Amino acid sequence: MMRTAPDVLFKSLADPTRRALFERLSRDGEQTVRMLTNNSGVSQPAVSKHLGVLKHAGLVRARHRGRQTHYTAQPRALAPLVDWMSYYSRFWHDRFDHLENLLKRMDQ
Amino acid sequence: MTTTRSLVIEKEMPHPLEKVWRALTQGALIKEWLMDNDFQPVVGHKFTFRSTPVANWNGVIDCEVLAVEPNQKLSYSWGSLGLGSVVVWTLVATEGGTLVRMEQSGFRPDQEAAYKGANYGWRKFIGGLERVVAGLP
Repeated sequence: MMRTAPDVLFKSLADPTRRALFERLSRDGEQTVRMLTNNSGVSQPAVSKHLGVLKHAGLVRARHRGRQTHYTAQPRALAPLVDWMSYYSRFWHDRFDHLENLLKRMDQ
Repeated sequence: MTTTRSLVIEKEMPHPLEKVWRALTQGALIKEWLMDNDFQPVVGHKFTFRSTPVANWNGVIDCEVLAVEPNQKLSYSWGSLGLGSVVVWTLVATEGGTLVRMEQSGFRPDQEAAYKGANYGWRKFIGGLERVVAGLP
């Protein structure tokens, strides 16, 4: 049913704070942990931890420069999620065909 | 990218309403065209659809019956891999048989994920996702 390993991706995006961080990086480009912490209402260690989860899912990339770590969004990592949704379109079209076949058999 | 917030499939089938309803609501018949299940047409009944497990997915879809209006409407929640949605079946009698409509909507975090407080909605995120994906080369 599933093409790749989307559960890590889904779990990482199931958290609203992480979605907000990811969308902010997608929208505003590369940022440091400190920049992401400002106005987020979340502590810096918490932001770092969330970024670690996003990184594990391949959604962000970290670049170390001096004592700062810069993060960028990796929107291509969303592909399994997009697949999962378009998957259902194919899934239900197939099942509609199966349903019609069953209805025909019920006549006999 | 196809629309992700709501998926609608509609088809007229040359079979009477009552018969289509049976195929949608009797466990043994549902298994024939959809998946193995322990469905009961009772609002509030929690059940699962089970298909073959694959890597990183146990093949289980967790559901709860949300609406049962005989020969007209059937709805259940549909949750797997931390994402929940709602499936609504609507049947309308036509001259030639039955118009069968399926809508799957509201892709959102399921309860396990949602209790953390979805002040930043998945729905909003999906909207953003469409824009992000549209920008991919």
